[in-house]
Amino acid sequence: MLYIPLWRRILILAVVLAGVLLALPNLFYSRVETANDARATIETGVTNPELEAQAALWPSFLPSNLVNLGLDLRGGAHLLAEVQVEQVYASRMEALWPALRDALAAERDTVGFVTREESEPGILRVRISDADGAQRAVEIARGLAQPVSGLTGGSASSLDVRANGPVLSIQLSEAERAATDERTLLQSLEIVRRRIDEAGTREPTIQRQGEDRILIDVPGVGSADEVKALIGTTAQLNFQPVVTTTSDANADVGTTEQLAPDASQEGLYYVLERSPVVTGDELVDAQPTFDQNGQPAVSFRFNTTGARAFGDYTAENVGAPFAIVLDNEVISAPVIRERIPGGTGQISGNFSVEESTNLAVLLRAGALPAELTFLEERTIGPELGADSIRAGQLAAVVGSLLVVVFMALTYGLFGWFANVALAVNMVMIFGVLSLIGATLTLPGIAGIVLTMGMAVDANVLVYERIREELKTAKGPARAIDLGYSRALSAILDSNVTTLITAVILYAVGSGPVRGFAITLGLGILTSVFSAIFVTRLLVVIWFDRRRPKTIEV
Amino acid sequence: MRHFRLVPDDTKINFFKYAYVTFGGSIVLLIASAILWATMGLNFGIDFRGGTTIRTESEQPVDTGAYRSALDALDLGDVSVTEVYDPTFAADENVASIRIQAQEGEESLPASTLSEVQAALQQVDPTLQFTNTESVGPKVSQELIRTAILAVTGAIAAIVIYIWLRFEWQFATGAVVALVHDVGLTIGLFSLLQIRFDLATIAAILTIVGYSINDTVVVFDRVRENLRKFKTMPLVDVLNISANETLSRTVMTSGTTLLALLALLILGGDVIRGFVFAIFWGIIVGTYSSIYIAKNIVLMLGVKRDWSKKDPKAGTQFSNIDA
Repeated sequence: MLYIPLWRRILILAVVLAGVLLALPNLFYSRVETANDARATIETGVTNPELEAQAALWPSFLPSNLVNLGLDLRGGAHLLAEVQVEQVYASRMEALWPALRDALAAERDTVGFVTREESEPGILRVRISDADGAQRAVEIARGLAQPVSGLTGGSASSLDVRANGPVLSIQLSEAERAATDERTLLQSLEIVRRRIDEAGTREPTIQRQGEDRILIDVPGVGSADEVKALIGTTAQLNFQPVVTTTSDANADVGTTEQLAPDASQEGLYYVLERSPVVTGDELVDAQPTFDQNGQPAVSFRFNTTGARAFGDYTAENVGAPFAIVLDNEVISAPVIRERIPGGTGQISGNFSVEESTNLAVLLRAGALPAELTFLEERTIGPELGADSIRAGQLAAVVGSLLVVVFMALTYGLFGWFANVALAVNMVMIFGVLSLIGATLTLPGIAGIVLTMGMAVDANVLVYERIREELKTAKGPARAIDLGYSRALSAILDSNVTTLITAVILYAVGSGPVRGFAITLGLGILTSVFSAIFVTRLLVVIWFDRRRPKTIEV
Repeated sequence: MRHFRLVPDDTKINFFKYAYVTFGGSIVLLIASAILWATMGLNFGIDFRGGTTIRTESEQPVDTGAYRSALDALDLGDVSVTEVYDPTFAADENVASIRIQAQEGEESLPASTLSEVQAALQQVDPTLQFTNTESVGPKVSQELIRTAILAVTGAIAAIVIYIWLRFEWQFATGAVVALVHDVGLTIGLFSLLQIRFDLATIAAILTIVGYSINDTVVVFDRVRENLRKFKTMPLVDVLNISANETLSRTVMTSGTTLLALLALLILGGDVIRGFVFAIFWGIIVGTYSSIYIAKNIVLMLGVKRDWSKKDPKAGTQFSNIDA
């Protein structure tokens, strides 16, 4: 009958109270945000009276989790990048060539002379002059491979070597490609993260998505281009020997050479040795600076191996030019005047101060192993986000007032019980959103407003049922009891189906749509709780006190 | 105090009386929607066909012609410029939306092209601000189309399976026909009005599916209860009684939901208006379909009534494969 045990009453109240406490910080959003930021800074070891004062803005015994605002409400940039993993295959083959050449040269007696042939990227093709040595050459090439653990658990060779007469074709094996792809993506992810962190942006989200994609959300930036400028460049720095210069963009170059345009001078091209002397991977530091002419420049320092290679090369090639190549463009091509020991140097091009600062950041963070292609980008200005929050808030307030008045008019006192449950429902949605650190988006606000309309549904089902049960005149207590128990199956069935759609939306949606799925799903759970437990408790408490002979629903 | 009633107590409406108008009308509208969809097509947003949209805001009045001719010079292919109106805009808030087709051989719009576009527009109106730029490459839009189709069919399938487990297959069929009706009419309206159809619209359609089924289930739940209560009453009367008994609730819930959504539709800003409009419309057709469509299907298919006796027509216990 109309009896709720004390422990259950306390439990219901405790849950509601927890909801209120968890939702509370959102009412003081900017204040709690400042306090949280200050605390995070203090935790890193930095402290001063100002930070202490900011941290004290919000009492530490209260929950301090806030609802995250999505990019569409806060403003910011969202990018989806695809890592061009295949590019790494080509550079792996490029790196293999000198080793293979040397290994084959050591066996000149059996294989003869070795020449490199034109091939599609990702395949290394070499011709040996003595076709009878092909067998031996394949063995040598296979000897350069490393074992990789394949997907099936067995180990496979990293290289796939085939001989067709005197021509050897070498490429990465299937297993090695899969392993390389994985490594390339993880490296790219790490480097993107480092670059964005170096730029000091607030709370960026950098996530892997699928096989070869990276999702980047940076709140608070004015345009996606800023982010793209930072992460869109590979920043592959190479120091390559210069063969000659030309003005012909289609000049014929040898198989071990490449053509690269000058970064600042149109129509000037360099023919470079393809294998670099030193690469950016050997850099340990890069800083923006000014050269002897007062022009912006970037100073750099190599690690020990880089420094030795650079020192040896400069010692042997005094008087020859070498090129500093960034992403296949020659930034500058100075002539070596003397041996450069110590592994330090300076890059000067036609930089602006900003460009030199950026370049230093990029070089410090390291080169991306492969280029990124941007598949999707969305930028929302902070003003538009603020407008959306205002509009959403206003609509939510007006919407809830309409529902409250409507319920009160239709069900009188019982309508007010439902309205209390509605308020509890709202508070609990925000409480849970804060607790799980979910992101609130503009469609998410729509989800909350929609939930408000639908949240009263469970109560409506119960009240309509009570009305019907009253007609069969079993007395109000029995009618209320039956109303709750008989409406339960309809409440559960109807909410489970909506929950199914919310789960599917969450699974397939992204960004804003996912935010909608979260508020819709949470709203369903909290509304069932508030309708079944909270209003029932209110009704029972009221009934126990008043003991009315008749009730009007 | 007498409470206000949207629906009087004890209604005895015969919902099947004008079935040829209601059910027939729905069939006609569904066919019309299909024709509209086939002939006018949907106004797909960049989510589904790739391209770029730029939202501009200015204190000066929007001159769509000048914007367009400024962009024509850049040779970007299909470019559309529309002014955006909204009651929530301030007097000096002039908003336009520019859509540029996906560029040949590119995924998202290259930064250099975007800055050219922005520069060209700022030549027309120096106070112009770009508050929202979205660019989706063809690769992602292809995937999003697949995801959207998967989501809608997956949601309908999951719900039908749930209803089938909880009720009889006749009810599941009635529910799925009602859902197809709601989704079909929504797509028809979007074709007719050429409202932008994007990922948010798919979310709206899924919400409609969830809401419509919610309504249908409440009626079905009552039908199930009444089938046990009135063992000999003809099915058509059981369905009518059930619909009448739940009518008050159906109208109340739709009423509160529509009220809340109305506030959002008017005051929620233009960014989500299309989304809210789809849900608003869907709730109206969803409520209608649970009263006039789902039940008709159940009536057409019939329901096995008596669970205690074996069906006299049944040969063996194995022949009744539907049970």
